[in-house]
Amino acid sequence: MAVLLRGRRALVLVSAVGLALVGAAGCSSGTSSNANKDSAECAAFKQYQGHDGTTVSIYATIRDTEADLLEQAWKKFSDCTGIKIAYEGSGEMEAQIQVRVDGGNAPDLAFFPQPGLMNRFVKSGKLKPAPEKVKAEAAKNWSKDWIGYGSSGGKFYGAPLGSNVKSFVWYSPKTFKEKGYKIPTTWDELIGLSNQIAASGTKPWCAGIESGEATGWPATDWIEDIMLRDQGPDVYDQWVNHQIPFNDPKVASAVDRAGSILKNEKFVNASFGGVKSIATTSFQEGGLPILQGKCTLHRQASFYAAQWPKGTKVAEDGDVYAFYFPAVDASKGKPVLVAGEFVGAFADRPEVQAVQEYLASADFANSRAKLGSWVSANKGLDVNNVQNPIDKLSVQILNDPSTVARFDGSDQMPAAVGAGSFWKGMTDWINGTDTKTALDKIEASWPK
Amino acid sequence: MDFATEQPKFIQLLVGLAVFGLVVAALLLFIDRAPKRGHERWQILGFLAPAVLLLAVGLIVPAIRTTWLSFQNGDSSAWVGLDNYTWMFSQSDVLHVLRNTLIWVLLVPLLATTVGLVYAVLVDRARLESLAKSLVFMPMAISFVGAGIIWKFVYAYRGDKDAQQIGLLNQIVVWFGGEPKQFLLNPPLNTIFLLIVMVWIQAGFAMVILSAAIKAIPADIIEAARIDGTNAWQLFWQITLPSIRSSLVVVVVSISIATLKVFDIVRTMTGGQFDTSVIANGMYDQAFRFGQTGRGSALAVFLFVLVLPIVIYQVRSLRHQREGR
Repeated sequence: MAVLLRGRRALVLVSAVGLALVGAAGCSSGTSSNANKDSAECAAFKQYQGHDGTTVSIYATIRDTEADLLEQAWKKFSDCTGIKIAYEGSGEMEAQIQVRVDGGNAPDLAFFPQPGLMNRFVKSGKLKPAPEKVKAEAAKNWSKDWIGYGSSGGKFYGAPLGSNVKSFVWYSPKTFKEKGYKIPTTWDELIGLSNQIAASGTKPWCAGIESGEATGWPATDWIEDIMLRDQGPDVYDQWVNHQIPFNDPKVASAVDRAGSILKNEKFVNASFGGVKSIATTSFQEGGLPILQGKCTLHRQASFYAAQWPKGTKVAEDGDVYAFYFPAVDASKGKPVLVAGEFVGAFADRPEVQAVQEYLASADFANSRAKLGSWVSANKGLDVNNVQNPIDKLSVQILNDPSTVARFDGSDQMPAAVGAGSFWKGMTDWINGTDTKTALDKIEASWPK
Repeated sequence: MDFATEQPKFIQLLVGLAVFGLVVAALLLFIDRAPKRGHERWQILGFLAPAVLLLAVGLIVPAIRTTWLSFQNGDSSAWVGLDNYTWMFSQSDVLHVLRNTLIWVLLVPLLATTVGLVYAVLVDRARLESLAKSLVFMPMAISFVGAGIIWKFVYAYRGDKDAQQIGLLNQIVVWFGGEPKQFLLNPPLNTIFLLIVMVWIQAGFAMVILSAAIKAIPADIIEAARIDGTNAWQLFWQITLPSIRSSLVVVVVSISIATLKVFDIVRTMTGGQFDTSVIANGMYDQAFRFGQTGRGSALAVFLFVLVLPIVIYQVRSLRHQREGR
């Protein structure tokens, strides 16, 4: 028995050691590329140097190809400064960041896609205010509005990074040419065109708001975009900051204006069915019928460009393109709904601040833009470095002095509303709930 | 799947396994070397301690902390008494969540066990029994998320008459001349369509356990019943069912507990929209997405309270069985 036991124990030990060795062998494949830090091409990074051998961790929502491009964009910075950037992208970031921070496992930097989420960590005192250098760099590169979205309680926390323009209507230039449609430049023209198409027997608009647990967000974008047009930026700000109640008649007016398209059986939902099919059509699929000529108009952000199948030419003379979602009253400027990420810091080590400063710089924006599919409101971004026509158009709109940009409202509201009852309320609204009931319910859910 | 990019995960897995192996090996070594005096006591301690420690860290402490948090506000900065609990029973949205959970926990164990039992009886000693059984058991091997995605396609909807239906169910409806329907849109029927997925998964589990129990019924009892002239119906109700009672209880109880905790299916298929949310989803949304830790914790505590009686019942019936032997 003893012999047997000993034999078995040896077996356990041997297999355990074997496993450990396999694991260790797999781990030892790390490589370090060492660029010459004094070379001419590293001259641009001189100011960030002096933190050789350090690591900065970043946690963000950006994944896959987009994440690879980000890593490529800061590779040179990494090589020249010796700061290793450990990037982690996760689709669960918005929920997991809280868990990681609570668990004492916060990343050094996080790219917050919503100012509201960032504010949660400002309030709990976990986020570090941006250091002077970052503040100065950001002030140089971003407009006051953007600096405002990265601030909380008068203090500046997160420098903006990427941006996107949400006020776009996607269309097919080919179809427009064939049918002789003109790109509408006013609200009335837009409704006129919709009526013209509806009269020809096809529904003009297609939409999809299904997005898993985030279902409803494209509908809230509609409301925000129209709120900005129907009521103007000042009322918009009051609404977002809850200075007017969510069920205010002004909000109801904007929601009803959105309903004149979204809940109009004559206008929607091209190729998917009736109004209610909007609720179960995924946001990714929402605009695709444009390619088959089954749908003419689809309001969605610039980043929808990534949803078209491979080989689709996204350009003014291509298969699909987008025009600016026209203003209701053009004399009040050009309202644009925007969104983007902000770089928040949970650590204040010098190397973390160096990365923060670099990410806020025009150098980074240009380095990233050159790799394609990237828009930033960074004023130092040279539009010639931007690759796609739709991104170019976005950058032009962002830099246009007549633009009145407002950040996506649901992203600024408390998460219980902006990522909860507002999404849900608008989904119910599409699904048949009347405007008043939907807005009353959202108002009731606003955290006291 | 690109193997190279997934490699770090495999390495983590291997490292985890290696560490586990080393810990177990070290433990065995130490216990074996324990002083001869009170050898048995050392052994008990050595084998129990890791389990107790892990239970404390992973279950007992979090349970106490969650209860603690459920009496606090959203960011756990102030005490709010029973506010989170009154919120839970006064908001129509949360009441829908509780209603849905009730529908789930009543219907899933009932349907899954019935389907599993009927199937087990029907295929018992039939030709190709093992093939028939493995077909029903197969869904058990699919993760809840995977099953959710599969069924989302089954229910998929294309409203346009000439559009091609990509959902199996709607295609069948169209073949029979019906209008395609949005199965997941209208409460409370959409909850039924969701819980069918759970039944689909769990019926296999019920079938395997019950089939084994049926096979364990002594042949002489059945023979005696046959000689007494029972028909198949009587045989089932008076011989088979009483004989497999304890297995039946185990099946119903396990499925009930699994159903109370259901999360993945709802999250994958509707994200809790259209009034389909259940307690686990509500808890996750409140605590992690909305930053309302207090409310999330209150829901978690409530879920725990719901599961508790079932667990107690199972423990007691297990003990009862053991004493009976």
